Amino acid sequence: MSTTNTFVQNQEPKVHDTDFEVRALDTMCVSDTEIKEPWYGNLKYLVIGVLFGIVFVKAEIISWFRIQEMFRLQSFHMYGVIGSAIAVGMLSIFLIKKFNIKTIHGEKIEFHDKKFNKGQIYGGLLFGLGWAITGACPGPLFAQIGTGATAVVVTLLSAIAGTWVYGRFREKLPH
Amino acid sequence: MLEWLKQPWPWYVAGPLIGLTVPTLLILGNKSFGISSSLRHVCAACLPAKIPFFQYNWKKEVWNLVFVLGIFLGGVLAAWLLSNPDPMVVHPNLQAEMAGYGITDYSGLVPTEVFNWPALLTPRGFIMMVAGGFLVGFGTRYAGGCTSGHAIMGISNLQMPSVIATCCFMAGGFIMANLILPFILSL
Repeated sequence: MSTTNTFVQNQEPKVHDTDFEVRALDTMCVSDTEIKEPWYGNLKYLVIGVLFGIVFVKAEIISWFRIQEMFRLQSFHMYGVIGSAIAVGMLSIFLIKKFNIKTIHGEKIEFHDKKFNKGQIYGGLLFGLGWAITGACPGPLFAQIGTGATAVVVTLLSAIAGTWVYGRFREKLPH
Repeated sequence: MLEWLKQPWPWYVAGPLIGLTVPTLLILGNKSFGISSSLRHVCAACLPAKIPFFQYNWKKEVWNLVFVLGIFLGGVLAAWLLSNPDPMVVHPNLQAEMAGYGITDYSGLVPTEVFNWPALLTPRGFIMMVAGGFLVGFGTRYAGGCTSGHAIMGISNLQMPSVIATCCFMAGGFIMANLILPFILSL
């Protein structure tokens, strides 16, 4: 972790660290800590991921059939899951901001505002089409493979390819 | 206790647990909840190909890759130790519709008749796995996030772009499931 900046400079001397640009485009899934943790600090995220994956499976959130029911208005289940997750997330963020709760390392918790661009509409619609076909958003793909649906590896590789193609042609797409 | 855990968990247990991931990641290490970026980090790590979008400090985001590895392991553990012995119960209308496409196996969470290796060589299997996966990866990155990053983290943080993105996810899903997917499943 401590060699990250030198890594970028060594490998690509002409390319600057574009972290700023990363955040400007999508502020999701980013690490805001300045603290350099040893490698085993990441084990925390492994444990949370495992618990998260178990919930995914046991609540049938990764079920292709539950997604089909959601988009046919045949079941409240997925609306209940997503709705109550948002409610708990919203209350948590409200409390973190109100009481200025710090991280376990004493850092201030950072939030980023997202800027609107047309990608949220075009990309959102395209993802929605794929979501109903595969019955999975990116997280459930990993859990589906874990439950033994090995052919979903192809879906995951194709999703990585889709991400790459977006990156390759990003400048030519309307935003 | 174990018997209870093996039953399908209701939404009011699962939803709040997923919501709690948001403050847990923030408090443990200032990490914003989101999963689709893991796909981008894989591109940045494995095949950046001098594309500016993949030139960033991906090693700082290794936590996100460890997190999705955990989701995979969670799937393994749940299927191994906590699996529900009974087939899934779905809405009778869905069951009737699916029977028309030859989908009758409810023992797994994904229909084995559609998502299997030999099916990759059929038009239906190719569209469902390869084209479907491509749309998920391309669409989430174009939108700047997925169900976790936009719908849960973004809306929890009161971000209007995330509300717009989530509405578009749902619109795309309704269009596909009701208007297009019946033709694909009939192939």
